[in-house]
Amino acid sequence: MTDRIQVIGGGDDPVAAFEAARDAARRAKRLQTVVGLVLFALAVAASVHIGEVRIDTFVEGLPGFANYLNDIAPVLRPSHLAGDLAEWYWALPRWLGLLWDTVLIAFVGTLLGGIGALAFCFPASRNLMPRYPIYFAARRLAEIARAVPELVYALIFVFAFGLGPLAGVLAIAVHTAGALGKLFAEVNENVDPKPIEGVIAAGGNWFQMIRYAVIPQVLPNYTSYGLLRFEINVRGAAVIGFVGAGGIGQELMFVIREFIYTDVSALVLLIVAAVVCIDISCEKLRHYLIGQEGLS
Amino acid sequence: MTRPSPATSPTAALRQRHPHLFGKTPAEKLRDRLILAAVAGFSLYALAATGFFDLDRILGGLGKLGHVLGFMLPPAHNGYFWDFMGGILETLAMAFLGTLAAAVMGVPLGFLGAKNVVPQWLFHFGLRRIFDSIRGIDQLIWALIFINVVGLGPFAGILAIAVGDTGTFGKLFAEAIENIDKRQVEGVRAAGGSKIQVMRFGILPQVFPVILSQVLYYFESNTRSATILGIVGAGGIGLQLSDRIRVYNWDEAAFIILMILVTVAIIDAGSRHVREHFIGKAEYRP
Repeated sequence: MTDRIQVIGGGDDPVAAFEAARDAARRAKRLQTVVGLVLFALAVAASVHIGEVRIDTFVEGLPGFANYLNDIAPVLRPSHLAGDLAEWYWALPRWLGLLWDTVLIAFVGTLLGGIGALAFCFPASRNLMPRYPIYFAARRLAEIARAVPELVYALIFVFAFGLGPLAGVLAIAVHTAGALGKLFAEVNENVDPKPIEGVIAAGGNWFQMIRYAVIPQVLPNYTSYGLLRFEINVRGAAVIGFVGAGGIGQELMFVIREFIYTDVSALVLLIVAAVVCIDISCEKLRHYLIGQEGLS
Repeated sequence: MTRPSPATSPTAALRQRHPHLFGKTPAEKLRDRLILAAVAGFSLYALAATGFFDLDRILGGLGKLGHVLGFMLPPAHNGYFWDFMGGILETLAMAFLGTLAAAVMGVPLGFLGAKNVVPQWLFHFGLRRIFDSIRGIDQLIWALIFINVVGLGPFAGILAIAVGDTGTFGKLFAEAIENIDKRQVEGVRAAGGSKIQVMRFGILPQVFPVILSQVLYYFESNTRSATILGIVGAGGIGLQLSDRIRVYNWDEAAFIILMILVTVAIIDAGSRHVREHFIGKAEYRP
């Protein structure tokens, strides 16, 4: 504060002194901006080089992309709408079966992952786990489970358990256990400590403390997070078939690779529609459960 | 001691009039049990349908998984360290360029999609549905499609990230722009600003922190997803990883997974640093 007063009041011309200080500040700021921009440009240039960005290929490919979109678009004539639709979705019963498999994979994955998260979210909460090493180990375990992408687990599990939905379910379950474990632990760390003290004061052990003091407080949040995760897992289960882990992804990969054009659009639209339907119903269910909470 | 008859007891009268205030009625209890039984039954069916009651397969798989874990330890690069490093750099380049391109396209689309910038509900509704459809298609599906257009390699991955996230950014930016404070816009307009000047001086300064924060968050998220785009052939470290797994080089696969984890942790820390530099220590942590 005193510095500034001296600058303004000390010189012969306070306005000139102020302007000089302002210019210096602006120059410093401008230098910072220029350095930032140069670094940014270097990063872009390096990425363009490493990423093998070929503008000419892209420009040449653009009409190809338009053609591709044109090719996958179905032939729908107003006069023969029913017949054209039937031809577009010619394998609808099989696809619906695969879609159902996908939803089941997501459901079981979320269920098992949720159970796994329940098992180690309590040790992973700082306020509920007095022994630091156990807390530390549980946290790191959740981090590792979460940090490896589902598809990588799926590759490994397909090797171990063979092709099919089992590998996909396990891959989703492990990733979900990590993701939900972290969220659950964060919910646990925000609980009201008074019921915990009450149960401990009444002579309850650790498990009774969790069951009667923590669970009633956190269960609504768990359900909400679990449903959100189910929505995410439906998206994940739709593509996990790309590595052979069951569901509709395998079929989608096949039709894209084999250039079976109209099937591509049919399957993609089917998946998007299923995802939207599940999102909407989960949101309804979530609001319903939250609405109940106040009364019970 | 005789219990008061239901007709005379005031509690019973109250219970009859407001049953929901006295805990669950028998009918509600029955309904809860039925729901629970239905969920349990469905879970059993789903477990059976996904092969969880095939004990031989589960036990055999667990045995194989044990072998795999054994082979993974200790992780080793076997002299391919710099190849893997190249894959990691390619992954980062894909995430960076993809996110950048998506942001560059997302900002004008966000302005167009905001109700308070283009007050045409039909246009708004149509554009929002387009964003939703683009967003609804997974990046891996976009990657497969772009492989058909530009061939195998990281460029297809960049396009997949760019297109997929353009929909997300369009939606998020439009929502941010719809939530701005109107008074600054009115101030610029009252001072005689043109439409462009209103956007530049009235809207952009308000939404810039939100946009930057979202872009950084998606850069982190795309670093994670770019690691797996290679599994379908769209460049990056995922290609090397899936190759190693396909030929059962488990120690190298484990080494690559560890490299991915370290890279993701570094990117998370770096982007937190950039965010704090531009926005200040915000509590924004999605």
